[in-house]
Parts: sequence; C-alpha cells; structure tokens
Amino acid sequence: MKTEYKIIVDLIEEKTRVLDVGCDDGTLLESLKKNKKVDARGIEISKDKVQTCVSKGLTVIEGNAELDLKQFPNDSFDYVVLGQTLQAFINPEIVIKELLRVGKKAIITIPNFGHWKVRLNLLIKGTMPITESLPNDWYNTPNIHMCTIKDFVKFSKIINFKIFKSLALTNKNISNINNSNLFYKNLFAELGIFLIEK
Amino acid sequence: MNIKENIKTLVIKKPLKLDCGKTINNFPLAYETYGSLNKNKDNAILVFHALTGDQFVTGINPVTKKDGWWSYAVGPNKSIDTNKYFVICANVIGGCMGSFGPSHKNPDTNKIYGTDFPVITINDMVNAQVNLLDHFEIKKLFSVVGGSMGGMQVLQFISNYPDKAGTVVPIACTSSHSAQNIAFNELGRQAIASDHNWSDGKYLSNNTLPDKGLSVARMAAHITYLSKKGLQEKFGRKLQERDALKFGFDADFQIESYLRYQGSVFVDRFDANSYLYITRAMDYFDLVKQFDGNLSNAFKKTKAKFFVISFTSDWLYPTQENKDIVIALNAIGADVGFVEIKSDKGHDSFLLDVPDFLNTLKNFLDKSYSER
Repeated sequence: MKTEYKIIVDLIEEKTRVLDVGCDDGTLLESLKKNKKVDARGIEISKDKVQTCVSKGLTVIEGNAELDLKQFPNDSFDYVVLGQTLQAFINPEIVIKELLRVGKKAIITIPNFGHWKVRLNLLIKGTMPITESLPNDWYNTPNIHMCTIKDFVKFSKIINFKIFKSLALTNKNISNINNSNLFYKNLFAELGIFLIEK
Repeated sequence: MNIKENIKTLVIKKPLKLDCGKTINNFPLAYETYGSLNKNKDNAILVFHALTGDQFVTGINPVTKKDGWWSYAVGPNKSIDTNKYFVICANVIGGCMGSFGPSHKNPDTNKIYGTDFPVITINDMVNAQVNLLDHFEIKKLFSVVGGSMGGMQVLQFISNYPDKAGTVVPIACTSSHSAQNIAFNELGRQAIASDHNWSDGKYLSNNTLPDKGLSVARMAAHITYLSKKGLQEKFGRKLQERDALKFGFDADFQIESYLRYQGSVFVDRFDANSYLYITRAMDYFDLVKQFDGNLSNAFKKTKAKFFVISFTSDWLYPTQENKDIVIALNAIGADVGFVEIKSDKGHDSFLLDVPDFLNTLKNFLDKSYSER
C-alpha cells in the first residue's frame, strides 16, 4: 500500500465513520475497514472502479464530489478524505467547505507543486513540469488548480479553516510541517497531507 | 395458458386489506423456488418480477416453454447463484400465472372477475408475498432483489418490513412513477380498451380475446424498454425479407416486423385485464407521497444494506430517478452503494446479457453474503 494511505490510516481513529471522496479502487477504504474497523463509504466517478470496489465488498456510490457531496447531511462523517484531487476541481474553496460540512474533520492530500524538481523543470526546460507525481502534459492534465504546500497553508487563512496536523512526505519519509520548516518542506516534499477542521 | 398443473400455489387464508379498501382472503399466490433453503434459513432471496414477468425466473418456463425471464441472472453460479441461495419468486396478485387475478372466478357470483377485480397496488402485492416467509419459516431474507416494477416492490417491501431483509437491491426503478411512465401505461390500457373484443373486460365470459389491443399495448411498451441507439444499431432502416419498399402498409421494415412479432407472442402468454391491473398498480406507486414527501422516512427503520443499480440508456426509469433513492438513503446515513451500468440496451438491460451488470450484482450479493 502507498505510504500516503498508511499515513491516512494512522490519522484516523478506530470505529469512526469515514467517507473517501474519489476512493479509486477502494484500497484505502479496505485498509481502514480492516485496520481501524471504520464504517467506510466511498464516492468514485469511474464506473469500472466502483465495480472493483463492490467486488471488494465496499459501500461505494458512483458520483462526482462537486455534485454528490450535497446529498450528505451536516457532520454525517467523522472524517472525509480527499486524496490528491483538490487540484482537479473547478472550485477548490467550495469543495473544502463541503468536505468540512459533511465531515467533522477532513484529510486532504496535495501533490506539492513547490517541489524542487517541479521548480527546476520549469526553470531549466521552460516547459510545464512533468514528474512522477504529475505525469501529464499541460493540455491533458486533470489538474487545473495546482498548488504548493505553502499555498495550501495560506489558503487555510484565506478561507478560514484550521489545519490540525500537517505532514510532509519526502522519499517515503514522513515529517511534520511547521512554520519554521515550511520553506524546506515546500521545496523537498512530494506530497502534503493535512488534517483539517472548520 | 391452460397448462398450469406445474404451478405451485400457496392459499393465503389470512385476510389482506387492500389499499382500495376491500379485503381479500383465501386467495391463491402462485410461486416458484430455486436452489435450497439452508439449515439456518438465512440464504433466501425474494425476487420480485416486473410488469409482464412471472414466478418462473429461470430455467424453462413450464407454461410458455421458453427461458425464464431472468435466466441470465439467476441459476447455478450466476449472479443470483442458486447453488448458494434459495430463490423465491411469486406471481404478483393481479397477475395471470396462477396468483389471484382478474381472470379468476368470483366465488360470490361464480363469474370471472374481469374489471370487477379490486384495483391492487404495489403495496398490496408485497403484503401478499410476505406470507411466503411464514410459509417457509424464514425470519429474515438474505436479500430482496428486483428490476423495474420488481424494484418498486423491493422498495415497498423494505419500507413495510424493515427487519425482514439484510440486503436490498432495487434495479432500474423509481420511488414514484413519473408522468411519462403513467402516460405510456395509459396508452397501453387504451389500446386494450379500444379493442372491440375487450367488452369492458368481460372477454373471457364471451370466449373472445382482445389480442389486437393487447398486442398494440405490448408493441408500444416494448419501444420504451429499448434505446434509440440500440434500435438503430439492431434494425436501422433494414427491410424485412424484401429488396425494396412495397409502397403499402405491410411490415416493410425489420423493426415493424419485430414489434408485430413481440406483440403476437405476448398475447399468447398474458391476460389483457392483468395488464390493466398491473400497469395501474405501477402508476399508483408513489413511495414519496406515502411518506409525506420525504422518501428518507420510508427507510428510517431498516438497517439493511442497499445497492441501487441503473443503466445509462434507460430512459424509462432514468439514472436520476434511481439516484433519488440513493440520495434519500444517504440523507439518513443508510448503507447504500450505487452504480450506473453502461449499456445501450435501454431499460431492458437488467434482463439481458450485460456482463458489467451481472458481475456487479453477483459481487455485491456474494460479498454481502460472506460478510453477513
């Protein structure tokens, strides 16, 4: 399992209600069900992946986060997880607000556009960066709102949500992000993982 | 319709108060079963049939001698695996395959009911069928499954009997029959009623059959079960056993011939008055209204696990109507999964060989069964 998922599993308390938005093939939900005995639900846009989830015995609805989060009442989950897709939404602000309406807490992971490889790519080649975590060309990427770890921290102040925990993933190593190391983490982390609250 | 000695029937002695106000008792409910009930009696699946279905879900239908209506989905190792599950299906009341219906004799008058048969509802159908659980001494079904009108019965069943099923699978259905669907049903009913032989429903006493009207009803309905794309791909403008147009009103096109055939075989196996009664039951179905405008309340008492399935090309019971059920369930935090299956076979997709559908249904049931 991806290190990212292991971190998320660690962040989630046992026997809680969890919604994974964009749950892919259900790997994370399966692990949460098994290791944390959570009441696990998923939303996934791909029909094939929903079918894969069903074959794993997971409760998943086919749907789109921007349209389908609406149907869940306030605070219906303890955690809502959004893995590496915030940057793909037309309006990330609305999505974050919806996540925090539906869930008491949200876990958001973002591919860090501030990573040195991304920066170097643009600086030296002068073309849109292509890296392991951002494999698409500019014209076919689903990522329309890329941001850096620093941007996300700033965003929390702009639209007013609390970051409870922020973790950086660098070469499979996990570390905490704080004000004093933000500059370095933003340069070296491939992924930022944030536990947030209203 | 005479070879009915192979029909299993349960006579229901308990009075059943119908929604129309009348009470019926000592009435027959025809059913069939597949597979075997295990010792714990926890492997039973009640399958509900659609408008023109019957209790003969799979294998050869002993009356029509054709494959059962859900042969693709039900059978050994199939989606609803009869090696594993005990499948029960009953002919709905109002139907014409042995259950109490308009072609039966009224014991009070000794005349065939015809349109004197009480108007029945989806709720009545379900309340009649729940008696099968007592008959087999089943406390709780593993699952209730059905498509189209069968799906409506699934929803009504779990709403009426929240503890009597562990999993709930409504397929290609709705919680409230739409104006468009009522309109199509009315078209069918009017086709039957305008057949001279229908004689206000007394055709059986007159030894005639409104087969022209019933056949037109079936033709019209059949179109609604398919999709434009499916029809175009299968038939296009292909001509029927001819090289050129004949400049007349014979079936020039294959689609015409196909529909005529569908109409003609239907009248051999279906009763016109049953068609009126069952379409009426569908039209009256409005679970939203039954719960004062809040569908969620229909499911508040159940802890069952739901799985809703719709099809991309189904314009009769479109995805949005299926999704309304999902939304109502999510609003109360129910355990609900949902998938829209890609298929160009229209509403009929659930009856046909659509592998994504058949696999998904199997996976859901088998996984839920092993985790129960």
